[in-house]
Amino acid sequence: MTEGGPGTADGAGVIDVLSVTKAFGELEVLKGIDLTVGEHEAVALIGASGSGKSTLLRCVDLLEEVDGGDILLDGEVITDPSVDPVAVRKKLGFVFQAFNLFPHLDVLENITLGAVQSGQMKRKEAEERGRELLARFGLGDREREKPDRLSGGQQQRVALIRAFAPNPRALLLDEVTSALDPELVGEVLELVRELKAEGMTMLIATHEMGFAREVADRVAFLEGGRLLEVGPAATVIDSPSEPETRRFLGRLHQGGLA
Amino acid sequence: MLGGLAVAVFTSSGWPEVKSQFFSVKAFTDSFPGILSAFWIDVKVFLIVEVVVLILGLFVAVVRTSTNPALFPFRVLGAVYCDVFRGIPVVLLIYLFGFGIPALALQGVPTDPLILGSIALALAYGSYVAEVFRAGILSIHRTQVESGLAIGLNRLQTLRHVVLPQAVRRVRPPLLNDFIALQKDVALLAVVGVIEAYRQAQIDAAATFNYTPLVAAALLYLAVTIPMARLLDYISRPDDPSRGMAK
Repeated sequence: MTEGGPGTADGAGVIDVLSVTKAFGELEVLKGIDLTVGEHEAVALIGASGSGKSTLLRCVDLLEEVDGGDILLDGEVITDPSVDPVAVRKKLGFVFQAFNLFPHLDVLENITLGAVQSGQMKRKEAEERGRELLARFGLGDREREKPDRLSGGQQQRVALIRAFAPNPRALLLDEVTSALDPELVGEVLELVRELKAEGMTMLIATHEMGFAREVADRVAFLEGGRLLEVGPAATVIDSPSEPETRRFLGRLHQGGLA
Repeated sequence: MLGGLAVAVFTSSGWPEVKSQFFSVKAFTDSFPGILSAFWIDVKVFLIVEVVVLILGLFVAVVRTSTNPALFPFRVLGAVYCDVFRGIPVVLLIYLFGFGIPALALQGVPTDPLILGSIALALAYGSYVAEVFRAGILSIHRTQVESGLAIGLNRLQTLRHVVLPQAVRRVRPPLLNDFIALQKDVALLAVVGVIEAYRQAQIDAAATFNYTPLVAAALLYLAVTIPMARLLDYISRPDDPSRGMAK
C-alpha cells in the first residue's frame, strides 16, 4: 500500500481511475476513487449494493459521464469530452448483470454484430472466431438459437463471449452472476476463470467472495462511494485491516454468502 | 343467430325492393368492369402512399425519440407535425390540399388533385404511423441501447441494428391496422374529383338509379382489406404456441 489512501493510480496500468467523482442529482455515488488495473491483472470490486461498484464500471466504459477526475486507458485520458467514446468502447468489453443480449438476433449474430459493424473484423473472420469460442465453451450447438431459448447461464456465457471475442484490452464485468439461479453460477465463473488464465485484464464487480479470492489478484472494497481498502485478494477477504471491510464481510458470512 | 338475421332480412317486406336496388345481377355486371378499372387508381395510390407513409413515419419517429440536444428544434417540428396532421379530419386535409394548393398558382407545384390528395393522405397517415413507430422505439429498454454501445456501435448503428429491428417487429400489428384504414380512406380522394372506385360507383348509381355499383365497390375494398387483416392475424400470432396466453 502506498501513501495517499488505499487506492493507487499512477498512469501505468491498462485502466487508471484518478480521483473520480460521480453524482446522480444530490446523490454522490463516487466520492473520489483512485484505482489501477495493471496488464493481465484481475481486480475485484466488492461492497454492498449501492456502494458504487456498477457506477464505477459504467464510468470506465463511458456509459456514464464522470463529474470530476479522470480515467485513463493505456495511459490516455478517455474522460475528456473530445475523446470519441465509440473508439474507447471498442477497446473494452462490458458484461451486464442481466446479460442484455439482443433478443432479435441469434447467438452467433449477437457475438459478431459489434465486431463487424464497428469495423474491427470482417464478417467471415468474426463468425469463425465466434464459432470457435462457442465450441470451446460448450455452446457449439446453439449458434442459431435465439437468446430466449437458452438458460440464464448459457445467455451470460454468450454475453461474455460477445464481450471478449474482439480481443478487448480489458473486460468490465458487472455482477455477472447476480441474476442467475445458484446452480448456473458455476458455469459462468468457470468461463471467467479461463479468461483470467489466458491473461485477460479484468475489473470485476462481484458478490461472490470465494470467486473474488480465487480469481482476483487484488480486491478493492467500496463503501459509500469510497475505496476503503485495496490489497491482495486473500489479505482483504481473509484478514481485512479496515473495520468497515470486516463488518461487510461479517454480514456476508452471517448471510451464508461468502 | 346469423341464420336468424338472414331470415329476418330475407322475409322482410322491403327485401324484394332492396334486392333489386342493391343486388341486381344486371347492374352489377354492367358496372363492375368500370369500377374495377377505377379501383386500380385506389390500388396504385395506396401502394405508393403506404411506402411514403412508412418512410415519413419512421423518419419522424426517429427524430422525435432522439436525445441529441442539437436536434431539439427538429423534435419540436416533429411534435407540431404530428399534432396538426392528426388533429385535422383527413377529408378536410384532402379538400385543403386538393383545392387550396392549386389556387395559390405557384410555379412548379403540382395541381393534379390526385397527386395533391395523395400527398394529404400521406401526411395524415404519416403522423399516425410516426406515433406507432415512436411507441415501438420507446418500448425498447434502455439497456438494449447500452448493450449496443458497449459492443462498440455508435448511436446510429445501435438504432439501426438493435433498436429499430425490435421496435418495428413489436408494432407490426398496429402498423398493418393503420394500413387497412388507409386502403379505405383512398376513397376520400373522391371529394376533390378523383374518379376512383367509390366515385365511379356513385356515378353509375346516379345514372341508373340502382345502388348495386356501390356494393360492387364495397366488395373490391374487401378484396384487399381482408387479406391484409388475415396477414395481421398471422404476424400477430405468438412465436411459440406454448408461450401464448394461458388458457
